[in-house]
Amino acid sequence: MTEMISYIFLQHYWWVIISLLASLLVFLMFVQGGQSMIFSLPAGESQKTMIVNTLGRKWEFTFTTLVTFGGAFFASFPLFYATSFGGAYWVWIAILFSFIIQAVAFEYRSKPSNVLGKKTFDIFLYINGAAGPFLIGTAVATFFTGSYFSLNYMNQVDWATPFHGLEALLDGRNLALGLAVLFLAKTNGILYIINSVEDGDLLVRSRRKLIFNSIAFLAFFLIFLVSILLSKGFAVAENGDIVLEKFKYLHNLLQMPVVLILLLAGVCSVLWGLFTSIFRGKRDSIWYTGAGTIAVVFSLFLTAGFNNTAFYPSLFDLKSSLTLSKAASSKFTLTTMMYVSFIIPFVVAYIWYAWKSINNKKITRDEMMEDGHIY
Amino acid sequence: MIGNIDLSLVDWSRAQFALTAMYHWLFVPLTLGLSFIIAIMETIYVKTGNEEWKRMTRFWMTLFGINFAIGVATGIILEFEFGTNWSSYSWFVGDIFGAPLAIEGILAFFLESTFVAVMFFGWNKVSKKFHLASTWLVAVGANLSALWILVANAWMQNPVGMVFNPETARNEMVNFWAVLFNPVAVDKFLHTIFSGFLLASVFVVGVSSWFIIKKREEWLSKRSILIASVFGLLSSLMVAFTGDTSARTIAQVQPVKFAAMEALYTGSKDAGLVAVGVLKKSDEKLITDKAVNNFVMKIRIPGLLSVMTGGSRDVFVPGIKDLIHYGDTTRNILSIPEMMERGRFAREVLDDYKRARMLNDNEQADIIRNDYFRTRSFLEENFRYFGYAFLNSPEDAIPNVAVAFYSFHLMVMLGFFFILLFILAIFMLFRGTLQKNKWFLWLALLSIPLVYICSEAGWVTAEMGRQPWIIQDMMPVSVAVSQLSPGSVITTFILFAVLFTALLAAEVSIMIRQIKSGPKH
Repeated sequence: MTEMISYIFLQHYWWVIISLLASLLVFLMFVQGGQSMIFSLPAGESQKTMIVNTLGRKWEFTFTTLVTFGGAFFASFPLFYATSFGGAYWVWIAILFSFIIQAVAFEYRSKPSNVLGKKTFDIFLYINGAAGPFLIGTAVATFFTGSYFSLNYMNQVDWATPFHGLEALLDGRNLALGLAVLFLAKTNGILYIINSVEDGDLLVRSRRKLIFNSIAFLAFFLIFLVSILLSKGFAVAENGDIVLEKFKYLHNLLQMPVVLILLLAGVCSVLWGLFTSIFRGKRDSIWYTGAGTIAVVFSLFLTAGFNNTAFYPSLFDLKSSLTLSKAASSKFTLTTMMYVSFIIPFVVAYIWYAWKSINNKKITRDEMMEDGHIY
Repeated sequence: MIGNIDLSLVDWSRAQFALTAMYHWLFVPLTLGLSFIIAIMETIYVKTGNEEWKRMTRFWMTLFGINFAIGVATGIILEFEFGTNWSSYSWFVGDIFGAPLAIEGILAFFLESTFVAVMFFGWNKVSKKFHLASTWLVAVGANLSALWILVANAWMQNPVGMVFNPETARNEMVNFWAVLFNPVAVDKFLHTIFSGFLLASVFVVGVSSWFIIKKREEWLSKRSILIASVFGLLSSLMVAFTGDTSARTIAQVQPVKFAAMEALYTGSKDAGLVAVGVLKKSDEKLITDKAVNNFVMKIRIPGLLSVMTGGSRDVFVPGIKDLIHYGDTTRNILSIPEMMERGRFAREVLDDYKRARMLNDNEQADIIRNDYFRTRSFLEENFRYFGYAFLNSPEDAIPNVAVAFYSFHLMVMLGFFFILLFILAIFMLFRGTLQKNKWFLWLALLSIPLVYICSEAGWVTAEMGRQPWIIQDMMPVSVAVSQLSPGSVITTFILFAVLFTALLAAEVSIMIRQIKSGPKH
């Protein structure tokens, strides 16, 4: 069987897995989105406790997805791992920093004798909530807009700016996607809280916040999408050279109609979720916006990597740009990893079962007063 | 391979990784062991229906949760630091090394993180049996994640199951099972998880002893001590057994490290094992730079080192000087200068190949590939020593002997002390004299910091002892580092050091407060 599977197929298969993990990560960042509002959304301490506990029961999923995303990227496209992480040092360090302080903040914030004080841990949650999605969005935008690096003959990276990745913040398109991901996380965070918490006043406050955040998300997302569809993209020519091609990403969507349909379906699903929550008062809209988020991010990743496109382009040295074939692991490793990936549906199934078991009752003020594991 | 290497960059990058790893390892072993101890306690609760067992389970679970969060936080840094600080390494071996990390995420982390939520929040939401299954799955998940990261680490100590591809300039995996069942991986996994069980057992015995000293929670404390002591004794015996098999493997695959652990400079047959010793730098130099460490005093067990490594007192154990000058012909170990020569030849061949490719001289490149990189003799006799090409002197292949010696001996001595501690605890429990022996209760309490020192010392031995290699014989740390400014790495080192220290202070403070509060009624 192994001989029948082509190397090209495996590279694409693993890009699909990476795209899927990325899209799940962006959806699960509703935890971060919620965290970024812990000072502005609740009316008092008890509402804040409910919000933190609602989100806190899911933080590990986001965290684990991020770790698995990193591990899977390392295993399947190690040259990206080496190039981006070793080159865009400061961006990744900032992302990591924001995630270290998140993990402990939930567990320690309400514990007595926590040294730093509850307020500090709440600030940690806020920093992770705001910086995490924004920086990840900005970093992912460079898949379309490019970075400044070159690779030598041994494939060792040399970053061409002393800012090691922070220069990405100077490109408006990167900022637009960073802000879009941030406001999407906030929007999904609000919708998750609406779905999970039983508190009349908090529901009213959440819906009020939802309108602004969803408009902001849509605006920044449109700016990013339109700008990349109209700008030049990084195409792989027949001789293997990387060339700039006008409307490359628009061409990708038109030449891959399934991806285009997925993108449009995702956008529609997000809009439907927002519509049902804002205008019909539905509580379960998170599932529509969540599914839409996954579809949109998934299709954007496919647009960045499929159809002879350099998924991690270099503005400094075009020929150093990373393509799926250049960055991929060997056929043997990709095949081995493919067998491992067959277990993913089983993993998803038990996550879903455990999630349902914990979420079968909405969180109430009374539960926060009980003698349980409270954040 | 790399032009100018800034040593301060290498040193700071190593310091940052060591800082992260050592902080991470303060929290992981407790998670590994305490998860099983909690699962055993909850099983008894479900079997007996006695609410006291539930109270006990929840108490230790609270401490588990405090420790778990910070372990997760420091763990993510380690994974990404391979990319951020060791990017050349990430490419050179990413084809092999990345796979265990990915499998760890898919198979283990999700298991752990999914069911840890049920474990903490599911008491009143799921059935007793589902909750119990979740607790066991957290324990399995935590230990399964240890398996994969240790497989990855073992591969760095003993690279197997791969072949070098000159086209991509990296090593590529050709045998997954060889990587998974690498003898170093098997030893390392068993030794490490059992040492985690040991640490958690000492923690539980120590904390429970404090309750007895304070005349609180006697029923709960005695049962906690009983479970932890039995679990700990079995684990510590396994630690000793796997330590022994580990030493035999290291003697073969990392002979310099093995000699450094024993501060053995001149080898011999009937070599003795140093049980206790004090080293002092002498005026004698290995070649030009590194001083030889002589023993000021030592207690030696005759012949044991030969027996440990080869099963007989007649076995020759090479010392550092032997390895530098002669190698060990009985085990096909070459002298370091010989390995340097072979490594340099491999490097020249690779440079020729790359030069031919750059000049589009594909005919020449194909000849080099077919004559060298596709021949077993070149790969086994030359390329496996590729890393030696980057050493300036044979002395560069010698780790810090004093650090390797002291950390190893500290670990072993403390390991035997804990075996005694568990035996005494069980003995006193069955004799009913535990409360009367205050000295033992205090000793058990004071053993908590000792077990952390022991655990860290084990990793210091493993990682400092293998210097200068990031991948044994194939890549020194100086070649693996990301090309960053030292200032960047110094800045992040300070940031991480401050943050980790603050979080550790918070963790310890919360932990002490929770212990003082005791189990809730």
